[in-house]
Amino acid sequence: MTQTNGRSTAGSQPVPPQPPLSPENAAVIQLTRKDFVSDQEVRWCPGCGDYSILAQTQKVMPDFGYPKENIVFISGIGCSGRLPYYMNTYGFHTIHGRAPTLATGLKAARPDLMVWVITGDGDALSIGGNHVIHSMRRNVDIKLVMFNNRIYGLTKGQASPTSEFGKRTKSTPLGSVDTPIVPLTIALAAEASFVARSVDTHTEHLQGTLERAGRHHGSAFVEVLQNCNIFNDGAWRDFTDREVREDRMLVLEHGKPMIFGKDRDRGIRLDGLRPEVVTIGQDGITEADLLVHDETAADPFLALMLSRMSYPDFPVPVGVLRAVERPTHDRLIAEQIDTAIAKSGAGDLSRVLAGGETWTVE
Amino acid sequence: MTTTTREPESDVAELERVTIRFAGDSGDGMQLTGTQFTRTAAVFGNDISTLPDFPAEIRAPAGSLPGVSGFQISFSSTDIHTPGDQPDVLVAMNPAALKTNIVDLPPGGALIVNSDAFTQQNLNKAAYATNPLTDGSLKAFTVFEIPISTLNERSLDGLDMTSKQKDLTKNFFALGLMFWLYERSMEPTIHWIDSKFSARPVIAEANKRALKAGYAFGETTEIFHTHYRVRPAKLPPGTYRNITGNEATALGFLAASRLAGRPLFYGSYPITPASDILHQLSGYKVFGVKTFQAEDEIAAIGAAIGASYGGSLGLTASSGPGIALKTEAMGLAVMVELPLVVVDVQRAGPSTGMPTKNEQADLLQLMFGRNSDSPVPIVAPATPGECFDLAIEAWRLALKYMTPVAYLSDAFLATGSEPWRIPAIEDLPKIGVENATDAGTFRPYLRDPDTLARPWAVPGTPGLEHRIGGLEKADVTGNVSYDPDNHHRMQTLRAAKIAGIARDIAPLEVFGPETGDLLILGWGSTYGAIRSAVERLQADGRSVAHAHLRHLNPFPANTESVLRSYRRVLIPEVNLGQLLMLIRARYLIDAVGYDRVRGKPFRIAEIVAEAERVLAEARA
Repeated sequence: MTQTNGRSTAGSQPVPPQPPLSPENAAVIQLTRKDFVSDQEVRWCPGCGDYSILAQTQKVMPDFGYPKENIVFISGIGCSGRLPYYMNTYGFHTIHGRAPTLATGLKAARPDLMVWVITGDGDALSIGGNHVIHSMRRNVDIKLVMFNNRIYGLTKGQASPTSEFGKRTKSTPLGSVDTPIVPLTIALAAEASFVARSVDTHTEHLQGTLERAGRHHGSAFVEVLQNCNIFNDGAWRDFTDREVREDRMLVLEHGKPMIFGKDRDRGIRLDGLRPEVVTIGQDGITEADLLVHDETAADPFLALMLSRMSYPDFPVPVGVLRAVERPTHDRLIAEQIDTAIAKSGAGDLSRVLAGGETWTVE
Repeated sequence: MTTTTREPESDVAELERVTIRFAGDSGDGMQLTGTQFTRTAAVFGNDISTLPDFPAEIRAPAGSLPGVSGFQISFSSTDIHTPGDQPDVLVAMNPAALKTNIVDLPPGGALIVNSDAFTQQNLNKAAYATNPLTDGSLKAFTVFEIPISTLNERSLDGLDMTSKQKDLTKNFFALGLMFWLYERSMEPTIHWIDSKFSARPVIAEANKRALKAGYAFGETTEIFHTHYRVRPAKLPPGTYRNITGNEATALGFLAASRLAGRPLFYGSYPITPASDILHQLSGYKVFGVKTFQAEDEIAAIGAAIGASYGGSLGLTASSGPGIALKTEAMGLAVMVELPLVVVDVQRAGPSTGMPTKNEQADLLQLMFGRNSDSPVPIVAPATPGECFDLAIEAWRLALKYMTPVAYLSDAFLATGSEPWRIPAIEDLPKIGVENATDAGTFRPYLRDPDTLARPWAVPGTPGLEHRIGGLEKADVTGNVSYDPDNHHRMQTLRAAKIAGIARDIAPLEVFGPETGDLLILGWGSTYGAIRSAVERLQADGRSVAHAHLRHLNPFPANTESVLRSYRRVLIPEVNLGQLLMLIRARYLIDAVGYDRVRGKPFRIAEIVAEAERVLAEARA
């Protein structure tokens, strides 16, 4: 359990011991990226951001210490949904929006497995919105990676729930009249215990983020800003391109002041209830005036505020917004069973079949 | 009414069978009264059959017509199959209960009314222009007007309770009276009260006093000249309990888990009349049963499929509207060929319909309600007790053939009850389950040549890492395939796998002559009414037989030859002819249907009359 300013950050429920992810296993098993590459030909469009996400996912897998037969990738429908076919682990390509439900059942039935959910902005936040919310609030121990390209790619270019207001697409020729959803805000509101964001092309950062998600016990929500070069090319270019990213993105680091910019001279300060961008050295502002990131804060206020910061008013935060520990769904279920058996002994089927009152016919 | 105290007399009449209906306000405790009478009759050894009939509203306005709740029990010294077409005795606790139930009481039937409840206000609520107790409209019946509220309140003198609390115990007065009338012991109910209200001694005392006061009233007043005796029924030897269909369903799944040696995972979303299965299974933690109340029907089945993928018995249940939401996921289970059982406790529809009322109109929904050709086996229990056996059968098929299986119960089976001979778990056949483990021979869609089932390889098995999903599979390898010939082959294989189950299920049995004028074919909860009707017709010398399907897809292999052994085939259903359509389409047999879709089970007399009509038509 993490402690901040002497306060417990995990709520009132006791955190049961977690099965350790075993780095020693990683040494013994000695898997490499290649072990996680399946024999299936990858069939995304050339130039798609998914290639990078797949590569980083395969790269970090050996680090977790799980034998590959104990890792399962579950996906929904959309371009992202194909990822499990390319991972040489167990994989289940399910139906539109429902991957978190299968993952919930699988993890409850099999706490020994490491379960990843691969989804997209339409799959997770439109048709599957309900399941994302509920898997997060239950703290199901799944690592949900949502590829956000702000468009429906597999159906050839309709507006998605993260498309900008006014966005012209095949289904919205005069512009979308729908206000977009902010995925991280949804995840935080749904009580996800781990919330992070990264970018498909920022390979090192993406690897680090996936690694953190994989090591988290509980519901992890990772938004990956991903480029669909066919139907929505350059959706994130304004702040993710190499030339501008340092000035337009804020890389979050736990315990460190929020500083960004090529010259590391800009930062985020709190002005009343709102964040503001300030320049270190101007008007007497020093590092000490800046907000310090705390991903383990018990309450989600800071993380919620960060989730609302968007370009061009603010630098776009990437990294871990929130990482708190609370009991996972599968462990709580297993504990109730263990407690019941400890109290009353294992079930006697004959007794239950007989029920309450019986009578005998000779 | 004048009553005279006197010595109890021993004027007892023997009856073979009695049907009582308790009817009152939904807050009057009629379900409890009926359940207590049922338990007592069951423990005494009568054969019993019950029909609870309650509104969907939890507490409709007191005294109103929609708020009437009823419970019918038939108990007998002989084997019975239905809760009775018509009650012999109607207990009506208020004018609304009288109004909604009197239509079912035959002339000469006994009517016991709580006369205290026949106030002008209650008469108005029940839309009675005049008081039926005084306007002569009940002449045809034997009416017993008893001021139950007053007598009951008097028996509770001195207890520290409000009048309202006292009034809530009047159902026990009525129950006590019926116990006296039918020579029943109060002991089981007294035990029940003591344990139920152990923390509230005043309430326990009040209920017991009310019960005893009702009994004593019967014993010491002259209004009932006789009381009645219904001897125990001659059931096959064994130890029995009373059981509802939902209870038997839950127990069957628990037993299946033991017989298969696999943990049970139940994903469910609350829905009438299936919720009791969730309540019951959530109490089986000591058996390792994992229950999951999902955010919606889709998540419930999704989680069940996920659990099956992981090696558990993934189970989900709902009623028609929920099944509609689950259909896409059922199609996924068909495609990935994982074991899964989907329970539909049918209720009256379409849409929200009449949630607490009975119907068996989801057969075609389960048969065809998925995109493309997407076959699943369908099983349907015929009686509450049989729900246990069919729950096990559903899992046997799901595991042996690696397929989702639909299990069709209904509101009548779910809430109705009957005596159930408790099986010995060691006598039940084990369900063999194998998981693939050999990486050398494993292919995800390499089928067993006999069953056409694919192997079940669960995550955690080294060397068997593979990918499955809703996209079409290449035969044997299971890789994604758009090959036209492969798709045709896979569609054919999926259909052949399910059709082949016909070789592995019990043949259709016939009750009655092997050939004859008429076969009445049924499925599901119509069993009791059809069987009773056929017994009557046979007693009248008619050449009539009864066959009842437990497997609706595929049909037992001998179905066609059975049907062709009779001049006519009549199919009564609580729908507009769904099995009829399947039978006619499959066998080109000119069967005729009989449908009564009233939210209630069939009456025996309705089926007898229809059978006579068909027989007469055949003769003409």
